[in-house]
Amino acid sequence: MNKNKQALQVAALRNGTVIDHIPAEKLFTVVSLLGLEHMENNITIGFNLESKKLGTKGIIKIADKFFCDEEINRISVVAPHVKLNIIRDYEVIEKKEVYMPDDLKGIVKCANPKCITNNEPMATLFHVTDKENCVLKCHYCEKEQRKEEIVIL
Amino acid sequence: MMLYKLTDNNMENRSLVTIAEYSKEKILYMLEMAKQFEKTPNRKILQGKVVATLFFEPSTRTRLSFETAANRLGARVIGFSDPKATSSSKGETLKDTIMMVSNYADVIVMRHHLEGAARYASEVSPIPIVNAGDGANQHPSQTMLDLYSIYKTQGTLENLNIYLVGDLKYGRTVHSLLMAMRHFNPVFHFIAPEELKMPEEYKMYCRQNNIRYVEHTDFNEEIIADADILYMTRVQRERFTDMMEYERVKNVYILRSKMLEQTRPNLRILHPLPRVNEIAYDVDDSPKAYYFQQALNGLYAREAILCDVLGITLQDIL
Repeated sequence: MNKNKQALQVAALRNGTVIDHIPAEKLFTVVSLLGLEHMENNITIGFNLESKKLGTKGIIKIADKFFCDEEINRISVVAPHVKLNIIRDYEVIEKKEVYMPDDLKGIVKCANPKCITNNEPMATLFHVTDKENCVLKCHYCEKEQRKEEIVIL
Repeated sequence: MMLYKLTDNNMENRSLVTIAEYSKEKILYMLEMAKQFEKTPNRKILQGKVVATLFFEPSTRTRLSFETAANRLGARVIGFSDPKATSSSKGETLKDTIMMVSNYADVIVMRHHLEGAARYASEVSPIPIVNAGDGANQHPSQTMLDLYSIYKTQGTLENLNIYLVGDLKYGRTVHSLLMAMRHFNPVFHFIAPEELKMPEEYKMYCRQNNIRYVEHTDFNEEIIADADILYMTRVQRERFTDMMEYERVKNVYILRSKMLEQTRPNLRILHPLPRVNEIAYDVDDSPKAYYFQQALNGLYAREAILCDVLGITLQDIL
């Protein structure tokens, strides 16, 4: 694919944030974790785009939106290797990565059916015990969950 | 200090949810408090206080022990022992029940079948919560009475050989004991059938905390010859996926009096009770059998816990 066509797929953004290198199968989870469906900004979502690294990838471009770290780090649990480009006046002024926070509140469902969080109207809370391998420990039932067991609420 | 976390409204919350929150100093302090209550169990220091015992899951021993502790300290007790007779059976949330009861009582002792229930209750409650068991998760007052029993019979908690026998996979008491003993340089021996052996996460915990351990599948007099504490647990049929395996091991993990002949004179046998058949009745007559006194120690440990969460110090009871 030539460069121009690729450029057409990801049309230029004047101001805002580009979230790139999202694994294609995680794209819509990222959309929902960031609550994009409730935003009124101009948003472009690219799905199943070609990627040398990932095979297929997703990309999200949000006009006039600049996330704070807390907002954007929510997606680290599903897409830890995304790249953020902060755009101002058509220029990339900053490149960022996401970081796994120490705690995840109200994001992940506890896999233990006997955990209080699955039986009361309350927010879940997990402590990240191993950021490298994404191991979480439920604050309430104290059970650990591995990356492959994680279910997003 | 970690022990007394602040709640949102900045009131001191002295809840006891897990033994892991106790430092070495705090454990020794609580044992000293239990010792004082053993000397004089009947005191009126909680006169005018109301203790609520909320048992969302039935438990005779633990409830009677807490209620006796409250009564001997002069407190009045309210509560329920059968959730079928309460509003939680009408669909009331745990939070609402806790908020309602906290209007009436000074402390809540609760047992719940859901894991993490006590932690959550301690976060929403304006009064202290004492966890009397939350599912398979934590049961800190049992651990305190186990520690007190070990301390009392051995004169120390340091450098002991502790043998855990039976169901080490699901046995919540053995897991909590293991974690609480990390401060005291023990050597653990894990004696269990393949299907019920100590889970990897607790062995990893041992390695991380420099706790030495040895694993065995055999249970006989040679293996227990160096034991200071023999902590027996029940091997339950319903824990097995392979019934052939259950039939093979069900009589292996039974302690009989003749196995005690070569054991150390200071050996004491503990069991969280109820016993079914894992300790033969002929062991009861041995001076090394300690499980009934162990249950009595629960009373003193729980008197200490109730006082501590209500802000009464060792100084106040000396």
